[in-house]
Amino acid sequence: MAEQVTVLFFAALREQIGQESLSVSIAPGGLSVRALRAQIEGANPAIAQALAEQPRLRVAVNQTLSTFEHMLKPGDEVAFFPPMTGG
Amino acid sequence: MPVHVRVQAAPFDVGQQTERLSALSPHTGGVGVFVGQVRGGQGLRAMTLEHYPGMTEASLQALAQEALVRFELTGCTVIHRIGRLEIGAGIVFVGAAAAHRGAALTATTFLIDRLKTGAPFWKREEYEDGRAIWVDARETDEEAARAWLTRTP
Repeated sequence: MAEQVTVLFFAALREQIGQESLSVSIAPGGLSVRALRAQIEGANPAIAQALAEQPRLRVAVNQTLSTFEHMLKPGDEVAFFPPMTGG
Repeated sequence: MPVHVRVQAAPFDVGQQTERLSALSPHTGGVGVFVGQVRGGQGLRAMTLEHYPGMTEASLQALAQEALVRFELTGCTVIHRIGRLEIGAGIVFVGAAAAHRGAALTATTFLIDRLKTGAPFWKREEYEDGRAIWVDARETDEEAARAWLTRTP
């Protein structure tokens, strides 16, 4: 059975990509956020372009700010978004 | 509860929230409050606040808790609105109650500085001429948030 992670996009990224979430199958053995990004980009040029246009792309894993080196496990929720602009 | 955090579409009542903070503890000597609102000009019509449900509440809760401990507050409130807001509408209420004014005022600044770049909200501006623009994070805002890492308390 394929192992999956959920990927979410917010704000300008969500709008540009045209979807807010996708389910991604990952190979057993785990992979980094950076490798997940490369995998998604390889499968979808529109996502690759949208992510490339965000020089200060942020990532959260399971709703906590994280890094591109973070190792993912099946069932994780990974969110990509531009720098936050609240307040 | 000394920490009060809300993410909501509805407006907040500044007077009511301030009174609530004032009444939390007999040891309170002052309450600091900051209210952020939608600034008009340059043809802006409104803005829409998007957020990351779940992470938003958790990060505001953690921030308020951090302020409570760091500045020895008697109470701390963070209310942030989401959805479409017109010019003049309140976006965010932060309030800090403490024994003395220094802690109350400093904690208020800490809360809004850290919230602006540390909680998952994004602003989309809507202009009279039909343009819609996602607000860019300002480098000065990120510097203000970072400065608290090296400041004491």
